[in-house]
Amino acid sequence: MSTLTQSTAPVAASAPIIKPTAAIRSWKIPITFGGFAVLSLFLFVVLGRGQRGELSTFRLSQARDVIQLPAVALPTFVTGVFVAIVLVLLAAASAWLVYRHTKIPIVFSILFALLFLVGFLAWAASGSTIPVPGLLIGTVTLSAPLIFGALGGVLSERAGVVNVAIEGQLLAGAFSSAVVASATGNPYLGLLAAMVAGALVSMVLAAFALKYLVDQVIVGVVLNVLVIGLTSFLYSQVLAPSANLNSPDVFPRLDVPLLSEIPIIGPVLFRQTIIVYVMYVAIAVVYFGLFRTKWGLRVRAVGEHPQAADTVGINVNRTRFIAVTLGGVVSGFGGAYFTLGAVGAFNKEMTNGMGFIALAAVIFGQWHPIKATLAALLFGFATNLQNVLGIIGSPVPSEFMLMLPYVVTIFAVAGFVGRSRAPAADGKPYIK
Amino acid sequence: MKLELRGITKRFGALVANNNISLTVESGEIHALLGENGAGKSTLMNVLYGLYIAEEGEILLDDTVQKFAGPGDAMKAGIGMVHQHFMLVPVFTVAENVVLGHEQTTFGGRLDLSAARAKVREISDRFGFDIDPDALIEDLPVGVQQRVEIIKALSQDARVLVFDEPTAVLTPQETDELMIIMRQLAESGTSIVFITHKLREVRAVADRITVIRLGTVVGEASPTATNAELASLMVGRAVELTVHKNAPELRGTALSVKNLSVIDSRNQIVVNSVSFDVQAGEVLAIAGVQGNGQTELTEALLGLQHHVTGSIELDGKPLRGYSVRHILDSGVGFVPEDRTEDGLIADFSIAENLMLDRSSGAPFVKAGNLQLGFRATFAAEKIREFDIRSQGSEMEAGRLSGGNQQKVVLARELSRELRLFVAAQPTRGLDVGSIEFVHTRIIETRDSGIPVIVVSTELDEVVALADRIAVMYRGEIVGIVPGNTPRATLGLMMAGEHAPETKALL
Repeated sequence: MSTLTQSTAPVAASAPIIKPTAAIRSWKIPITFGGFAVLSLFLFVVLGRGQRGELSTFRLSQARDVIQLPAVALPTFVTGVFVAIVLVLLAAASAWLVYRHTKIPIVFSILFALLFLVGFLAWAASGSTIPVPGLLIGTVTLSAPLIFGALGGVLSERAGVVNVAIEGQLLAGAFSSAVVASATGNPYLGLLAAMVAGALVSMVLAAFALKYLVDQVIVGVVLNVLVIGLTSFLYSQVLAPSANLNSPDVFPRLDVPLLSEIPIIGPVLFRQTIIVYVMYVAIAVVYFGLFRTKWGLRVRAVGEHPQAADTVGINVNRTRFIAVTLGGVVSGFGGAYFTLGAVGAFNKEMTNGMGFIALAAVIFGQWHPIKATLAALLFGFATNLQNVLGIIGSPVPSEFMLMLPYVVTIFAVAGFVGRSRAPAADGKPYIK
Repeated sequence: MKLELRGITKRFGALVANNNISLTVESGEIHALLGENGAGKSTLMNVLYGLYIAEEGEILLDDTVQKFAGPGDAMKAGIGMVHQHFMLVPVFTVAENVVLGHEQTTFGGRLDLSAARAKVREISDRFGFDIDPDALIEDLPVGVQQRVEIIKALSQDARVLVFDEPTAVLTPQETDELMIIMRQLAESGTSIVFITHKLREVRAVADRITVIRLGTVVGEASPTATNAELASLMVGRAVELTVHKNAPELRGTALSVKNLSVIDSRNQIVVNSVSFDVQAGEVLAIAGVQGNGQTELTEALLGLQHHVTGSIELDGKPLRGYSVRHILDSGVGFVPEDRTEDGLIADFSIAENLMLDRSSGAPFVKAGNLQLGFRATFAAEKIREFDIRSQGSEMEAGRLSGGNQQKVVLARELSRELRLFVAAQPTRGLDVGSIEFVHTRIIETRDSGIPVIVVSTELDEVVALADRIAVMYRGEIVGIVPGNTPRATLGLMMAGEHAPETKALL
């Protein structure tokens, strides 16, 4: 150890190691593009020949808007041909880029998706009118429970507890908010009850996962079944006989002054119920809490490397318990949307798998509150598109359109996400 | 700060991990705690750090008795720890890791990261570390990550620092630098406890040495003691530190690897165009710091990696692209680097583990039926031959000691007709007695005319076994040198430098 006698050691710089990466060509994007380009050729050009001379109208304003935008009318067939040609060109360009080992810019994907959407809407609405504000307003409204569920999932999974029980939390929130709001006549107490119910479900999850080290996915699935069974039982035994326990007041839409008059955006974002406004706040608070505060740093630490957190004196299981419970509060609040925000009564299994779509949004959104929100909006849009096209009468069979949100979910999670990285300790109990 | 441990006893059920251990570390002293794996060093330090509560005994800091309920208490009292497996969150920045658990906040609960950055810079400058507070941990080399661990401890005003096997993951150069840092720390008044089983390092840096065996203090030594004295104190008997072997009897090229590249699941080139030959009857050691592509190289040889290009030929027959089954049947024996994860099934019996890779036909299976009688005889024979200390062939492999588990793996792999033997980290975590056994077996295999590849991160092992040494750095072989190459040269090569004379050999 002669070097020990040297006075100053050369200290390695802390520059990040850039490991060489090999270019394994991934043909996933060009193949997907190609598939959709062929589909658009078939739909818009081959099938679209019959639509020559027809117009597709996009209505941009609602009757009650102060600023009225003129409706845009596109010639259906010409639009379809134009879109199909551009899509084919984009697919070819992306194949060329992959062949040349160049990364395909994200702009390509966004442009491709938007163009396909425009072409599809024009084709589906030939000879009739698409209400664009209505399509988007519905998107935000229908996304609300998904977004609350996804935020709850993000909170729980960032702390390292897999939350499959989002469905149960939504359903428990929906049930208790309906009952409490009906019994007290106060919908705000209903909201509170929804949060408590969601928290109770997630506390059971946390207790079994953290204290008794039961497999978290199994506990989550069992909890979902339990909540479905319990609410269905109580519905048929208690709510059905006495209807006054299941007739809560529905929150009215509230217009935000001035903001609601901005063309397109105003009606979409600022003519909603209080539940949606709380959602905006929740997204910001969850983001700020996780990434800008001491609490969030600790939550993320126990989800990534619980032992490291333990050795600096952080109580891993307590931190996890609180995060999971808060996640349940958020999800449960989202459950109130079903009863107090939309239907006005509780029905059996009324969440209808939305909790699982929210879980998909968590993964698609890479465990990030903002990205998960965007993912949830995508699923909400797919759901509402199916509603709108059903109303205006599109050439696509309605049974096929009903599949749309789920097809989007599968494509999103399996295809475009690739490998998104979960918190390293997600689903693993911490044992000293 | 003066640290004193008095009569610490820690039991896990019937097992006494620490038995009445007493230890004093004076202020500004580097006190080495020397002992084999499983001697109870880490348990003792976890007691000191509040992770375990001792049944008996007390901890004193500057002659005041301390009560630690958790690591938080130990830290408040001024004890810091540099863990063997770094306690750093890989996706956090340096600054975030350093403040974790002691965050300062500004208005509205906002995390005050600028204060954290300033603190990292201040400590980093004091010791000449040159660390960017905003770098992500996962992007930093392990040597630098270790410095972050040190900064983390110092930022809590630690005045007793415990280093738990700190050199296991470092290159020889990084090890030297760490020793200088430890000296600097000691001079500034920090007391240091240095846990290790590497004799060379102890003698280089320690002021005092306490040796622990089987949970009890067996003696104190001064740094002037010889390696042999320290080793016999540590093991409890005189040990052979060198492996006796004759010059290799070369019998022609058996394995030929050309331009082998491996790409991992994150598209990184982890093995980059590697070429080498191994002759029948020689040991080629692959040296290098952990994580420079050795694992992936051995997995590629066995057919466990997916994106592999280049060629692997054994006795003229190609191996690349074939199934693991085919490669095993071609006569490749493989000792994986993580025996508990890949080498054994812990819940299976010794007999079952001994036939794991031979479940496809005779003599262990006939007409789809396990030949239990044959298996029992076979197991009994191997237990005798390989001196596996057990309660019979039906004992679960997971209940064996590390050394005996490794003997099971060796017995399984060496009892087939072999044409190539690959041993990855064959002695990691083993006691000195088992290391001697494994080394002897490897040399016997070589002498029977089988080409042997040994992958090791321990320079001692590489030097002891190798006829030729290939050094890997960042996925490439920086050079293939003779077995008697000086350690200093090997050390430089492990840090990526081509030794001048090795260029000619390539």
